[in-house]
Amino acid sequence: MDTPESPPARSVLEAPDIARALTRIAHEIVERAKGADDVVLLGIPTRGVALAHRLTARLAEITGHPVPVGSLDITMYRDDLRLRPARALARTEIPGSGIDGALVVLVDDVLFSGRTIRAALDALGDIGRPRAVQLAVLVDRGHRELPIRADYVGKNIPTSLRETVKVQLTEEDGRDGVLLGVREDAPAAER
Amino acid sequence: MSETATPRRTLIKGAKILGGRPQDVLVENGTIAEIGSGLPAAGATVIEADGRILLPGLVDLHTHLREPGREDSETVLTGTRAAAAGGYTAVHAMANTFPVADTAGVVEQVWRLGRESGYCDVQPIGAVTVGLGGKQLAELGAMHDSAAGVTVFSDDGKCVDDAVIMRRALEYVKAFDGVVAQHAQEPRLTEGAQMNEGTVSAELGLTGWPAVAEESIIARDILLAAHVGSRLHICHLSTAGSVELVRWAKSKGWRVTAEVTPHHLLLTDELVRSYDPVYKVNPPLRTETDVLALREALADGTIDIVATDHAPHPHEDKDCEWGAAAMGMIGLETALSVVQHTMVDTGLMDWAKVADRMAYAPAAIGRLAGHGRPVAVGEPANLTLVDPAYRSLVDPAGFVSRSRNTPYKGRELPGRVTHTFLRGRATVTDGNLT
Amino acid sequence: MKRHLISATDLSHDDAVLILDTAEEMGRIADRPIKKLPTLRGRTVVNLFFEDSTRTRISFEAAAKRLSADVINFSAKGSSVSKGESLKDTALTLQAMGADAVVIRHHDSGAPHRLATSGWIGGSVVNAGDGTHEHPTQALLDAYTIRRRLAAAGAAGTDLAGRRITIVGDILHSRVARSNVHLLHTLGAEVTVVAPPTLVPIGVEHWPCAVSYDLDAVLPKSDAVMMLRVQRERMNAAYFPTEREYARRYGLNGDRMARMPGHAIVMHPGPMNRGMEITAEVADSPRCTAVEQVTNGVSVRMAVLYLLLGGAEPAATKETHE
Repeated sequence: MDTPESPPARSVLEAPDIARALTRIAHEIVERAKGADDVVLLGIPTRGVALAHRLTARLAEITGHPVPVGSLDITMYRDDLRLRPARALARTEIPGSGIDGALVVLVDDVLFSGRTIRAALDALGDIGRPRAVQLAVLVDRGHRELPIRADYVGKNIPTSLRETVKVQLTEEDGRDGVLLGVREDAPAAER
Repeated sequence: MSETATPRRTLIKGAKILGGRPQDVLVENGTIAEIGSGLPAAGATVIEADGRILLPGLVDLHTHLREPGREDSETVLTGTRAAAAGGYTAVHAMANTFPVADTAGVVEQVWRLGRESGYCDVQPIGAVTVGLGGKQLAELGAMHDSAAGVTVFSDDGKCVDDAVIMRRALEYVKAFDGVVAQHAQEPRLTEGAQMNEGTVSAELGLTGWPAVAEESIIARDILLAAHVGSRLHICHLSTAGSVELVRWAKSKGWRVTAEVTPHHLLLTDELVRSYDPVYKVNPPLRTETDVLALREALADGTIDIVATDHAPHPHEDKDCEWGAAAMGMIGLETALSVVQHTMVDTGLMDWAKVADRMAYAPAAIGRLAGHGRPVAVGEPANLTLVDPAYRSLVDPAGFVSRSRNTPYKGRELPGRVTHTFLRGRATVTDGNLT
Repeated sequence: MKRHLISATDLSHDDAVLILDTAEEMGRIADRPIKKLPTLRGRTVVNLFFEDSTRTRISFEAAAKRLSADVINFSAKGSSVSKGESLKDTALTLQAMGADAVVIRHHDSGAPHRLATSGWIGGSVVNAGDGTHEHPTQALLDAYTIRRRLAAAGAAGTDLAGRRITIVGDILHSRVARSNVHLLHTLGAEVTVVAPPTLVPIGVEHWPCAVSYDLDAVLPKSDAVMMLRVQRERMNAAYFPTEREYARRYGLNGDRMARMPGHAIVMHPGPMNRGMEITAEVADSPRCTAVEQVTNGVSVRMAVLYLLLGGAEPAATKETHE
């Protein structure tokens, strides 16, 4: 999730890099969750959902059993709702097995201020009580504004606040890649 | 203001009488003394008319002065001041006051208040039925014989819907050449009615006031008047169908006269989409087709006169939801501008016709002496001087009327009454009341 | 979206679809252990009801509360309103109390419009039914119900293009009909209103719908049939001769329902006059969505309140990329 980049954007990750990163994250999840038996992946719309589905496919390959996957829309839990016009909602889809007692791994494309994850934790609390919650992101670009960190990171990309990080995924954008650009003028606090 | 005994001379220089070529008009002791070119100004107050239009003082056959009873919206004094500001020298005060003007006592009270005001003559209209109840004739003869000398009778605000009562009233007033002015509204067809019934009412969900409710009463009353050979006047015609009926009646030679309000010459029910009660009026604003038919009928004489139906209401009665709002608009101070805008500037009428529709004809219908006379030597100097080139946005804050319920707020209208003379005395000078 | 929801005509096609999609998500909240969202925390929604309507008020109240808004119920009954306090003074009072939205039900057509445009209050105005004018959230919940029932799962983003919807009953006095005709048309449906000619308004020819006096001719070509409540009092004003004749000509019974296409649904905004416009057999059949409509009402009203109040301003319809 990030604002549209201004033209001279620089590619920092290509499709094979993303694939490798996701495979590594999948292995790390299995390792840390000791087999991932009670793991539930919840992607944060929009691109976190596509990433969660890719991860679940890899987890199934590694563990030999399907890992439940769903989506968690955090729009109505955001702390910046009143800074912009009301936003359209995205789908929240909790797997049939629920999340009570599960190890929920939240999946998002970019970790920035941490406010999205804060909202996701609040949303999760209204849905059930997981055993534990972990966070997987494709890119961590720094500049945290809350005490939140990722458990699994595809790539750390140090950025300035003037820059934008744009994740592209085939499911949404027709190609895989991560672009670094320069933002026009939006206030940094909104991320 | 009171009449003074000192001789008064006023010379109006270069006025276009009924829009004709500029002439000087000398007014002396309340009468038009001389008309010509280069009249001497000696001892006279001189008014440089500078090509403005000189009309006979306007006469309104349909004014609600609200006194007695609703002095919070208008009084005889404030209403006549508004009339003078609008160029009127005589108004007919409608009978729907509290108490109703259905006795000699009430009409004499209104008549006396009018004389005291000094701004404009007030001719009371008497109610047709007791308390406007539609059941029992009021003492029409007594009102006629009173000091007020009532000749026009109307239950305006309510329709004399009982055919027998209407017939009797029409017949009865023949004894003194009176006329019944009918508010044509079939009551059952207009129960709870809020606006014109048509496309807009269907969308807005407001109960319709169908044209047929007006036209059916007009048709009936025309036939009644023809049958008994009486004079009939129809208030505030608002539909194209009503025009056709009156045209038919006149073609038969029956003694039917009709009036149209300025607002029905200009505004349509599309304005109701705003749900702003300032557009709530009875009869309601109709459609563009009706407006055009009314203009044409006024121009060709099918409709005899313009009458304001000046209906003041206090602010709170309009500053509310549509359904709770009172019906009516004020109109005395904007009538001539609206007529200029809709009839003169459109080329439908010249100023001579304006004089007829707004002065001669209304005075004739009301049998009102001393008003609606030609601008000629020896006639009473009831005069109105109009600057037709003036243009301004209507600003209710500048109104003289006690009420502000005008539908023209913020609208640009042409023309301005700069002077009004009541029997030679200026009631309005340079656009200001004296 | 506009700041107020007064009429179904305030909604563009995209607005309407956005509301239905949002309602779809709101509907899922009902399945959660905690049926509440923090979204409108600190916002105040006033239910200003000048007319009794417990159903509609409760629906709006539930919707606002599920979004964590503070709800103030202001009923005209027993208040200063019934003692002659004007709409204006009431509005000024609510404004002074800091209402972010006023949900208004009023017996006069146009009262919500007046409230929204008079400058008396600053918040959003939502019309919960005004006189014989409109009831836009009812139309939205009806459209939502139709979409859910007729479209396969995954209806999100779709409209009602090509659906044939028939509205039967007192069209003249019905705010539900007015709002539905406009909204369903906006969503691409083909709407037909059916009523005795006395209960069809003069001027209906300018509505975006067809008009029929023959229910039997329209039923086989209907995907949804919406039966309106017909008040028995109308009979006294000679709109129709007797209840029996009305029911026979314009009521929906089992035989008539059998002539509808197999997939077609029967709708009713409630409360139903069983035996008048609808028989018990039809009302209690699985094809009748009356109860579902009530449930959907909360989701739709949550969506409306969220989209009007959930941001700094109402939702922009052309979605900006996030």
